[in-house]
Amino acid sequence: MNARSAPPGAARLAIPILSTLLGCLLWLTPELGGAEEPPLDSDMHFRIVADLAPTERASDSTADHTKFKELQGPFQSGPEVTQACLACHTEAGKHFMKSLHWTWEFTHPQTGQKLGKKTLINTFCTNARGNEGMCAQCHAGYGWKDDSFDFTDETKIDCLVCHDRTGTYYKTPNSPGNQSCSVMFEGKPPIPWEKVAQSVGLPGRENCGACHFYGGGGDGVKHGDLDSSLKRPSRSLDVHMAIDGLNFACTKCHVSTRHLVAGSRYAVKAHDLGGTGKPGERRDVATCESCHGEQPHPAGSIAGIKLNDHVHRIACQTCHIPTIARGGVATMVDWDWRTAGKTKDGQGYKEKNYTQGNGEHVATYKSIKGSFAYDENFAPHYGWFDGQMRYTTIDTVFDPGAGAVAINAYRGAADDPGSRIWPFKRMHTIQPYDKGNNTLVYMHLWGEDDDAFWGTYDFGRAIAAGMAQYGIPYSGEYGFVETESYWPITHMVAPKEGALACDSCHQQESRLKGIEGVYVPGRDRDGWLDTLGLAAVGLTLLGVLLHALLRLFGRKPGAHA
Amino acid sequence: MSTRTVMVYRRFERLWHWTQMSCILVLLFTGFAIRGLHRLIDFDTAVTWHTGAALVLLGVWLFAVFWLFTTGEWRHYLPTTQGLGKVIRYYAYGIFQGESHPYHKALLRKHNPLQAMAYGVLKLVLFPAIWVSGIIYLLYGLWQGLALGQGWLGGVAFVHVAAAYAILAFVIIHIYLLTTGHSLREHLMPMVTGWDQVDLTTEEEAYLLKDEPGRIR
Repeated sequence: MNARSAPPGAARLAIPILSTLLGCLLWLTPELGGAEEPPLDSDMHFRIVADLAPTERASDSTADHTKFKELQGPFQSGPEVTQACLACHTEAGKHFMKSLHWTWEFTHPQTGQKLGKKTLINTFCTNARGNEGMCAQCHAGYGWKDDSFDFTDETKIDCLVCHDRTGTYYKTPNSPGNQSCSVMFEGKPPIPWEKVAQSVGLPGRENCGACHFYGGGGDGVKHGDLDSSLKRPSRSLDVHMAIDGLNFACTKCHVSTRHLVAGSRYAVKAHDLGGTGKPGERRDVATCESCHGEQPHPAGSIAGIKLNDHVHRIACQTCHIPTIARGGVATMVDWDWRTAGKTKDGQGYKEKNYTQGNGEHVATYKSIKGSFAYDENFAPHYGWFDGQMRYTTIDTVFDPGAGAVAINAYRGAADDPGSRIWPFKRMHTIQPYDKGNNTLVYMHLWGEDDDAFWGTYDFGRAIAAGMAQYGIPYSGEYGFVETESYWPITHMVAPKEGALACDSCHQQESRLKGIEGVYVPGRDRDGWLDTLGLAAVGLTLLGVLLHALLRLFGRKPGAHA
Repeated sequence: MSTRTVMVYRRFERLWHWTQMSCILVLLFTGFAIRGLHRLIDFDTAVTWHTGAALVLLGVWLFAVFWLFTTGEWRHYLPTTQGLGKVIRYYAYGIFQGESHPYHKALLRKHNPLQAMAYGVLKLVLFPAIWVSGIIYLLYGLWQGLALGQGWLGGVAFVHVAAAYAILAFVIIHIYLLTTGHSLREHLMPMVTGWDQVDLTTEEEAYLLKDEPGRIR
């Protein structure tokens, strides 16, 4: 595939513009457009939550919030509820404003790279920056649609998105966006503010899942190990969160202190040597070891002892998450932006040519995004991982001819005690880049203006506007570059009977094919030793056979042999 | 000088031999499964049986070494060149001519010189090589942190596997040699019953008859 094909010429650039204009005409006079055609599938929903009921979560709280007079209302908006929360939880706002859920900023302690959704480029919708009107509906705050948002205003914190336990709270984009997009948020029932304010509690899986299950633009799209099937998972899907088992909420492992939640993807603890800690000792990590210790397998058998010998080199996830996206929800593995912008009768549309495990049809093409491929229940990619990623950010210059650009290159090595062999979901994308400067680009996707790609379908204008907004140099010429991203897999832990068998790695067709720096019995042989050894055994047999034949045919009658 | 039926392989030695044989067969079969040469059994089953058989054999060996040195039986394995040429000539030539084996068991020499040398090499080179590498391999969990990514385990496995191939070759020859001589049974029974024909000096015969009457028939 030629991943870096030339951008459309000027003539082709005109087509989307014309078709958009035509679309507007048709919008105004719908009876003229496609009367004989089947109804066009044009809504661009990215998050359809069919199961609204909250998950069960036992509360041992000493406070019943329905009895608090401060929460009786009436409330007209979220910020009003937040002020009521902060009246009692006086320090919560200050704590929360330091969390990633609020700042969307992360300076990596080792690489010094400035990360976080506020700045990063990804391999999905490519950038939240400049598109906050849409993307920041997953910001735990109210009203971030552009740079005027006040990150010091406590009343803009959205307590309810994490703490509502009724299942009736929801968020919509912070700005209306293009007409064709904003329709998807119409017709929602009003939020019963008093009821949700009085029903707060510790987050359930659906609270975290409201955003984390839908990253990348839809259910299961981004991670492969996080999707809506984890709201009510079976034991075989996730032994910890199973509704017929332990029924853990996310926060059981992702412990928090002062609203800072353990388990960062930007700085993963790939090899936790702290184990369970001393009794009563605070654990600020979400690692397997923090509960299971460093010798997690029962040492009562040879196999158990041998499995414990693996722990230093193999992440628990590698064996205990046998495949990605097992819950019936597919994850996206390939995204091609080059095809984005096609319209039918001037309208954006989508094609749903993939039917995932749970029977739902998911889009394989969307005018606003391009073409997609999915996979589910598949073996991950494996590699040595020390927990640290190197990101290709907006200012990273790369060589577009040197193969796929790793948006986040994972690091790790066999000789590093902090590294282990980890599973990843690999995402492959073809996305726009600045052909003149060899950098990635910010696209202006969401907006009410004519530069927004979602509405105008013009890459040139969307990129120019996206870059200009932040004063980032843009050559004026864009192309498409092949990129890849790696998503460490850590959820959907199968029960032990569902873990990988030894043979999965210990054989010629090993899952760990290509992993270097470690001897894997059954996978690795010294070519000549085994050839020589087998030859020696073969020659011995041959020698013995010849000796026997000589005895049989050479001996004198009646003599000993 | 007379030839008498004497107890040459005592109960412990026979038990040792057959336990060792069973263990080695299990170890070879499971070991080659672990090496990836066949997939007739699961990897985890192979590892479990391999380790289990190794531990049994290790126990037997500890007893055997103790037994060999306390009873003085180790002297049977002392290398000697006396009569070695004759034995080599027999296997290379005489056997095809229908000659009789030049060696006769003696009370203090129950193996022929070539046999003693082969067993000596097995016990002093191949077995130690496979034991030492195997035990280091087994204790991987204790030392693996010392040399991450340096390929030590591969090196240990190399020695272990090389010794295994040599032992397999030994086993093949060892079994084949049972078919030489009068009959398979004649070679096999002494290791089952313990009794074999031995050339005794007058003094040895007198000693056995008087002091160890149970060892001579």
